[in-house]
Amino acid sequence: MNDRRFNALLGFAALVIVFIFAGFLFTLVVQSLPAVKQEGAAFLYGSEWNPVTTHFGALPFIIGTLMTSAIALVIAIPLSLSAGIVMGEYVNSSWIRSILNTLINVLASIPSVVFGLWGIEVVIPLIRKLAMLVGAPPYGAGILSASLVLAIMIIPYMSSMTREALMNVPAGLREGAFALGLTKQEVVTGIALPFAKNSIFAGILLSLGRALGETMAVTMLIGNATRIPTSLFSLGNTLASVIASQFNEAASDVHRSAMMGLALILLVITMLAGWFGRSLMSKGMGAYGK
Amino acid sequence: MENNVFAGQYRGRKRKDIFFRIAVMVPAGIVIALLFLILAQVVVNGAKSLNFDFFFQQQKPFGEIGGGIVQAIVGTLMLLATAIVIALPFSLLAALYLYEHKGSKRANGLLSVVNTLQGIPSIVIGVVIYSWVVVPMKTFSALSGGIALSIVMLPLMISMIKESLEMVPASYVEAALALGAPRWRVIVEIVLPAAGSGILEATGLGIARAAGETAPLLFTAFGNPFLSLNFKGPISALPLVIYEYIKSPYDDWHQKAWGAALLLVVFVLSLNLFIGTRKKR
Repeated sequence: MNDRRFNALLGFAALVIVFIFAGFLFTLVVQSLPAVKQEGAAFLYGSEWNPVTTHFGALPFIIGTLMTSAIALVIAIPLSLSAGIVMGEYVNSSWIRSILNTLINVLASIPSVVFGLWGIEVVIPLIRKLAMLVGAPPYGAGILSASLVLAIMIIPYMSSMTREALMNVPAGLREGAFALGLTKQEVVTGIALPFAKNSIFAGILLSLGRALGETMAVTMLIGNATRIPTSLFSLGNTLASVIASQFNEAASDVHRSAMMGLALILLVITMLAGWFGRSLMSKGMGAYGK
Repeated sequence: MENNVFAGQYRGRKRKDIFFRIAVMVPAGIVIALLFLILAQVVVNGAKSLNFDFFFQQQKPFGEIGGGIVQAIVGTLMLLATAIVIALPFSLLAALYLYEHKGSKRANGLLSVVNTLQGIPSIVIGVVIYSWVVVPMKTFSALSGGIALSIVMLPLMISMIKESLEMVPASYVEAALALGAPRWRVIVEIVLPAAGSGILEATGLGIARAAGETAPLLFTAFGNPFLSLNFKGPISALPLVIYEYIKSPYDDWHQKAWGAALLLVVFVLSLNLFIGTRKKR
């Protein structure tokens, strides 16, 4: 062993990691070619997904993915921001703070399939009752059920990012504001939140990335219909859930190839959300008091 | 007169302050209550199905009551062992690369690849490993499942190990180099031992993260109703059992799905909490 060989070994491992990522893109592109060739650009905007007539358009799933994630965000953002503000600004006793932290971490680490199980046994019956109340088809499963559980799944993540962003606000700013006689609310909404807004927004984007790619809980709750969802109560599918529910039973090679294409679309969407989020995050850590 | 105007303003601001406090406390309370509720339901429902048979018996044929999920417990352990054997050396070496070349263009490039890998949806890992391993082997296997889980672990472990390497005081490294030790020996004999507990924590968190993953296993490990110790054949796992059982029409299996969920949650949580308390020390 010498330094040169040691460095070569490290370089090799680094290359392997890069190749894994490049290989992911390469495999997905190559494997999705047959379906893309057959469908052309209609693969992206076609609204029919039918393995029997071998027509594959990804639109219902793209809409399903964006719809469930958007609804989940609408539900999760106010709840998570509140929870983050309370944990970061209002809780002074250190043991209550550590209990809340532990609870949030505990929930962030619960596997998605367990949330799916909870959703099937608890959320679906509730949504079924609600659907009957408003006269919608009482499937129970569907867009709303999936979005609700998705929201619950990203709340721990989003609220701990909000809390961290608020705790990064320099104490001097806060103390100065209190010294001028500002109320707690004025300090929070006028000083702390504006200072932390980039990091908070980054946290929201990173949570969105999770929601977009979330598979198991959504697969178990969304009802797996290959139509464009028309209401909160309709059955649907996301890019991830259609792969999970159809890949093993692929009817033909083109069907499987089309699902590789869906995986590629999903990868690109989540990568964009992640990059955008991380670049905001580094911006948020930057200059003092923007 | 002037005093009264300020007093009035102050009262308004005070009222706004109290209103804001209520407006954040109520939703936060709802969140905390909801999270407690979920946890409590997993514990209460899961505890009902825990008994001796549950841990040590195989699955009974469809519709028969009784039996257990030993095949899934053993399967999960085999999958995690395979995954960590692959992920630990690679993440250690890649983290060392980042440590050694810190700030260089290549290291920054690798770092952004690692961050991007961390954001890849786990179902995508499943389909890619399917075409990399399952198709050439012509069979679902514990091996392919382990490989898929190792890719789930890699980015998390690399960034955690990198952080713990960077916490080793520079003076240790400088002292060893000043004594004339070659760089690689400084790394192996000074830096790695000093970062040892951090590396252990990264391993634990990697295992905790991978243990609950279901999506990468659907098309790789696939699942197996029988106890199997064959790495080249399909194998069961706790998350797969939860997914499969809750879809079935049998109440007994629904009950077992809750049991498996509790088992999985306890496993993941005890790893997380153990590491959390270690870190504080």
